[in-house]
Amino acid sequence: MFKCKNLLGLQDLSAEEITFLLDTAIPMKDIISRPIKKVPTLRGKTVVNLFYENSTRTRSSFELAAKYLSADSVNISSSSSSVAKGESLYDTARTIQSLGADVIILRHPMAGSPRLLARTVDAAVINAGDGAHEHPSQALLDLFTVRERLGRLAGLKVVIVGDVLHSRVARSDIWGFTRMGAEVVVCGPPTLIPPGIDRMGVRVFHRLEEALPGADVIIMLRIQKERQQQGLFPSLREYAVLYGLNRRRLALARSGALVLHPGPMNRGVEISADIADGTSSVIEEQVTNGVAVRMALLYLLAGGGDRHENDY
Amino acid sequence: MKMIIRGGRVLDPVSKRDEIADLYIQNGLVALPFEADSSTQIIDAAGRLVAPGFIDMHVHLREPGFEAKETIATGTAAAVRGGFTGVACMPNTNPVADNAAIIEFIKNKALEAGRCGVYPVGAITRGSQGKEMAELAGMRESGAVAFSDDGQPVKDAWMMRLAMQYCKMLGAVIISHCEEKSLVAGGVMHEGYYSTILGLKGIPAAAEEIMVSRDIILAAETGCPVHIAHISTAGSVALVREAKKRGISVTAEVTPHHFSLTDGAVADYSTNAKVNPPLRGEADLQAVLAGLADGTIDVIATDHAPHTYDEKNVEFDLAPFGMVGLETAVGLVWSELVHKGILTPLQAVAKLSFNPASILGLNRGMLTEGAAADITIIDPDLEETVDPAKFAGKGRNTPFTGRKLKGMPVMTIVAGEIKYQRSQKSGVRSRESEVRSQNEGTV
Repeated sequence: MFKCKNLLGLQDLSAEEITFLLDTAIPMKDIISRPIKKVPTLRGKTVVNLFYENSTRTRSSFELAAKYLSADSVNISSSSSSVAKGESLYDTARTIQSLGADVIILRHPMAGSPRLLARTVDAAVINAGDGAHEHPSQALLDLFTVRERLGRLAGLKVVIVGDVLHSRVARSDIWGFTRMGAEVVVCGPPTLIPPGIDRMGVRVFHRLEEALPGADVIIMLRIQKERQQQGLFPSLREYAVLYGLNRRRLALARSGALVLHPGPMNRGVEISADIADGTSSVIEEQVTNGVAVRMALLYLLAGGGDRHENDY
Repeated sequence: MKMIIRGGRVLDPVSKRDEIADLYIQNGLVALPFEADSSTQIIDAAGRLVAPGFIDMHVHLREPGFEAKETIATGTAAAVRGGFTGVACMPNTNPVADNAAIIEFIKNKALEAGRCGVYPVGAITRGSQGKEMAELAGMRESGAVAFSDDGQPVKDAWMMRLAMQYCKMLGAVIISHCEEKSLVAGGVMHEGYYSTILGLKGIPAAAEEIMVSRDIILAAETGCPVHIAHISTAGSVALVREAKKRGISVTAEVTPHHFSLTDGAVADYSTNAKVNPPLRGEADLQAVLAGLADGTIDVIATDHAPHTYDEKNVEFDLAPFGMVGLETAVGLVWSELVHKGILTPLQAVAKLSFNPASILGLNRGMLTEGAAADITIIDPDLEETVDPAKFAGKGRNTPFTGRKLKGMPVMTIVAGEIKYQRSQKSGVRSRESEVRSQNEGTV
């Protein structure tokens, strides 16, 4: 059963709640595989996409999820709104509340912003990525994809590779996979591994060759070019040599291991093209499943969940 | 004007006096015993602690320039409510207190407010920009008790060395805000497990410790006394302990929040727990407690830093650093240090009165005959839940809301006049009120 008002992160979700969310996404995936991809479930509900950061993938995924459920959706981005005129998040939130939003989906460059928003409004708040904190819907779609492909989550070995320091996807994946009973290993240069991360219940490696053996799932993180300019590693070339996933390294993992990437990819840097397009890659499925998972979230948080409860 | 404080436990750190006794006050000074007459004010202090007036050597009164956050009038009202008879105010106002005229302005405003002693700290460098020395001698002449660029480190070691050489001549202490900016690099909280799970940029302990090391080395070389402001890490405590062993003229203060909270207080992105230096880890907190107990840390000071509600009601990264402290400090000292046996009442009193007075060269912090009758009376058993709505200061930015404190200041006497008296549920005393001097008139 899912009784949370908001989805701010996976840190505080139980295994039961995560399972319930993933189960709810199964019929949603069925809806988007139909020729007529629309159900009236959220007719009359209003969903606001409030994006303070550029995002094509996540924003369109949420937007389509809302449309497939017949909710009305509005996009507000920081460049085209009063945000650009210096309005505070608090005041923007109050305005959106007054416009009648039922769900607000927030993408923000600063960690913790969704909590500030949730404290300010009555509408349900979904965190669509806040700084280096969490990106729960991405982790849920990763969990969904892995569970669908491998049939389980408990007991799997999941290796997360790359810029863990700046990655909200990594944090949400760590909470989600460990909560579901998987073993999580992170791997990257010491300058991109945050302090104290072992206390999240993960093991840390700096050599990919040591991290990969026995892996069932490999999640490659995007490396941003500006991190090199900040001096966090010497060059993209050296990064690719040490941490790029290629055929030789993939062979170290368990046979049938899945390769995930939250996108957008830097082909030839963190992942070679033949792996990205190869049979182990589930990167495109992740995108499809993302819509299903987000439909489930909207359904459960926009009031659909009440009816759902009554149905039982 | 005569006053007798009857039957309290008199604590005087200088004479090490700790006994139940009456304290006599006449003409604003501690006096020899005299016979009470009809004009003598009698204060029953049975069960209370009677201490030299507390001095908070690190506050931000925000005036001039940031009067929406605090003024000298409201800040000193907070001080007397918190049991402080004097405060040293930092120069990061607007304009910066880097010249004699602003030092005079602050002193005049404090006289107008008429509540407690205000001891201005002058800036070390013009505009606290770290580029050229401010007119230190002129400020000293006008009453600056110490020099600091608090809020900012003096980044350049050469500049700091010059300032220390110059201050040595003036006999003034330098209060150093220790922060190596290249390691802070946009950090907003302590670097550790919590910064990792919150996705917030961390400030490593090394950022403080590198500067503490540098300033200890410069203090040793120049002979200028250096006071380390708001010490927060285990490494800094060890450095100060070692320096004192070597006879270097270095002292240190810790804030109540650094001895009672860890970085876990930031876990819900509470901007009221955003402070610089940041709330540190458990090992740091334990080291700070050990440093208090063994005397490495000389002073408890609040770093009282009021901000408006709107300034703090923003994204964590955007919120200003700082929390108010004047009205919760004494309660935290008694709850966390005295009742837990880390400090004796006499040691706690020393760190709140005589030690800061002596570092600042003030003739305060003692109860010997002839001393100024600045007195703080504490009820060590009085319990109170922190409620910012009751604060006398403007700032409500405290992480201690709802925290139960035991041991509260109940009366604040400045130069023989009662400036504040706390209401008590059990007592028959007057309602909580601020008592103003008669010659001040109404405001």
